[in-house]
Amino acid sequence: MFYREAGQFSTTYSQDQGIWSIKQDKWATFAIIGFAFFIIPLFASPYLLTVLLQLLVGCMAALALNILTGYCGQISLGTAGFMGVGAFAGYKFATGMRVLGGDGGAVTAATELVPMIPAVENIFVAILLAGAVTAAFGILFGLPSLRIKGFYLAVATLAAQFFFQWSFIRFEWLYDYASSSTIQAPRLSLMDGWVLPFKVPWFTWDLQFFWGTVDFTMKVSGPGYADKLHQYLIGLIFVVLFGFIAKNLMRGRIGRSFMAIRDMDIAAELIGIRPLRTKLLAFGISSFMAGIAGAMTLFLYLEALEGAEAFFILDSFLFLFMVIIGGLGSIMGTYLGAAFITLLPIFMVNFLPWAGGLVGMSINTATVEHIQLMVFGGLIIFFLIVEPLGLARLWQISKEKLRQWPFPY
Amino acid sequence: MTAEASTAGEAGARSPLSGLTGKWWFWAAVIVAVFAIVGLDVWGLDEDAENHKAILSFLGDGLVGFLKAVTEPVALFWLKLGFAIETSMTGLLVGVLYSLVALGFVLIYKASGMFNYSQGVMVLFAALTFVGLTEYGIPVILALVMAVGVMILFAIVVEFLILRHLVNQEQIILFMATIGLAFFLEGFGDTIWGSNVKKIPLDLPSGAMDWLTIGDWNVQVQWLDISAAATGAVMVVALAVFFNKTRIGRALRAVADDHQAALSVGINLRTIWIIVWSVAGIVALFAGIVWGAPSGVQFSLSLIALKALPVLLIGGFESIPGAIVAGLIVGFGEKIAEVSWGDSLGGGIENWFAFMLAMVFLVIRPQGLFGEKIIERV
Repeated sequence: MFYREAGQFSTTYSQDQGIWSIKQDKWATFAIIGFAFFIIPLFASPYLLTVLLQLLVGCMAALALNILTGYCGQISLGTAGFMGVGAFAGYKFATGMRVLGGDGGAVTAATELVPMIPAVENIFVAILLAGAVTAAFGILFGLPSLRIKGFYLAVATLAAQFFFQWSFIRFEWLYDYASSSTIQAPRLSLMDGWVLPFKVPWFTWDLQFFWGTVDFTMKVSGPGYADKLHQYLIGLIFVVLFGFIAKNLMRGRIGRSFMAIRDMDIAAELIGIRPLRTKLLAFGISSFMAGIAGAMTLFLYLEALEGAEAFFILDSFLFLFMVIIGGLGSIMGTYLGAAFITLLPIFMVNFLPWAGGLVGMSINTATVEHIQLMVFGGLIIFFLIVEPLGLARLWQISKEKLRQWPFPY
Repeated sequence: MTAEASTAGEAGARSPLSGLTGKWWFWAAVIVAVFAIVGLDVWGLDEDAENHKAILSFLGDGLVGFLKAVTEPVALFWLKLGFAIETSMTGLLVGVLYSLVALGFVLIYKASGMFNYSQGVMVLFAALTFVGLTEYGIPVILALVMAVGVMILFAIVVEFLILRHLVNQEQIILFMATIGLAFFLEGFGDTIWGSNVKKIPLDLPSGAMDWLTIGDWNVQVQWLDISAAATGAVMVVALAVFFNKTRIGRALRAVADDHQAALSVGINLRTIWIIVWSVAGIVALFAGIVWGAPSGVQFSLSLIALKALPVLLIGGFESIPGAIVAGLIVGFGEKIAEVSWGDSLGGGIENWFAFMLAMVFLVIRPQGLFGEKIIERV
């Protein structure tokens, strides 16, 4: 009834090609973004924020994978490995580094000569730099895709995953020669010392409207220091920004060339798309985003992590599941899939013991984990058989239905 | 790369560098580099020849040092002949186990064109089922038979619920479906049998045998490894007989050659699928028992089984001899690599060496050692 395109006409080509086909979609998108930015902070508990941060990281990683697998057709089982590269790159940039580590990290005469690269203080810069480094690695490991495809390539990316997992432990330079291979996000803040001499309701949400001060300092990273709310806002900025970037990239020339390569590479070559450049570009863009997701994991979500553990191969599979369940080749689907895969375990942890109690069974957490695996596996098979286009397709169908409701004829 | 290069069967694969020779910036870079290395001296631009020396010594030291670092450990390793033989034996025997898992992959791939990622988890699940049954007090032989029965049942269920719905789908979709299957099976096995480490209740031979003496080194071989290798050999022979001498085996080969032709002469594809998945399940059961014997049946079993993937890439997806030979190569190669280069790289390179080896093979010979079909190049 309310979801109608009646009276909305495209008068120019650019309007016709717009992101939102009807105005209600546009309003809904901005309403959701506005809700996430301005309403959620008002009531969110730290637990909810942690869940949301996990969701944001999942969105980012799934977005990266969907560009590579869904749009360009290059299947990758190494997403978590690339995220790890991003996390470690972000760590090194944010803590400052010497390019050559020297002997066990001890500062010797030789290492003194190597200039120290100063620490990056701004979290945006650190995360983007981490993305850039990961993009370089992604292009490197994307090189085999020029000769192989399909699951041959999948195995090649699996090789990257194992290699990265190994190097996160073996290259001690990465974690500053600490005794454990754990890295800890440094303390980072934004807008340090920006103070407003009067109160604005939105920032503090109490009854004192004008008396007092507002401290704009955002504690964005560092265990025991960071404010979950600020971390959430930073993560949200990245996800929204890169969602729009990805959407627009995939609508344009680059995205069309990706899809041409995916659908039939020889035909794509014949219409003048260079496979080499296009595939490496896909790997580059995808691993850039994966690196950002990894750096977000370090700075915003986990804050202290052990490389080989936090970016395990099973995580790579989970991201692949997000993309398959959400819908290959759909930005909207990516978000839906990420939300589904992130929230389902949380739902099950809370729901299964209760349901078990109803039938007189006690279900412990280990069993819940096993049942989770079963549900994930079953869902993947279900979606591949019944709805290969994933949640995105279901979303589209429900929109079509909604358009005609309540008079379907 | 042109369209004709992508048609299969060209003998002289073009080197990745060939694309560069047509680029002006490549030659510009070469000229600049040559000028930098040689020219500085020849034209006397670098009066003290210091830059020149530094560059040359850097290149020289780097290259020589690299070659030395790579080759020296290998040479040293073979000088200790007794140790080398023992290590190689261990590697080869591990390789037999890789071959066993890879066999399961090849069987399914040949019959259904499905790259069965879940083979590794099938190994785990089969072994778990066997051990779990014996824990209920069922005699070992009966448990073995029941585990075989469970794997056959599993094959039927997979065919009924998954395979028949995914006919004619793209291979990559099938592959992802098997990833889902792997997750499901893993959760299922753990839910039923629990996720604690289980000991294989069989009295497999243990201890070591002195095989031969070289110098002052007694080459020892583990009895367990020998029995593993024997099991592997028996399985391979049995499969060869099954494939070549029986009616079902002929039907299997027919399906592998051409699905539609096989259908048209009256071979029931679904029956074949069930048989193949059952055989793969039984192979998995034996692999799991042999593999689980030293350290118990646990989750890591399914991860070790991932090593079968590089084995397949090296051997070729469609070749049973390929799976066996490549399994041996991988087992042997990674042991040698670990012993030779492990120290200088920090150890643990076994985890990814096989994958890197497979990548090299992919570039040189994409269809693998014995692969029948040349994969489409891009």
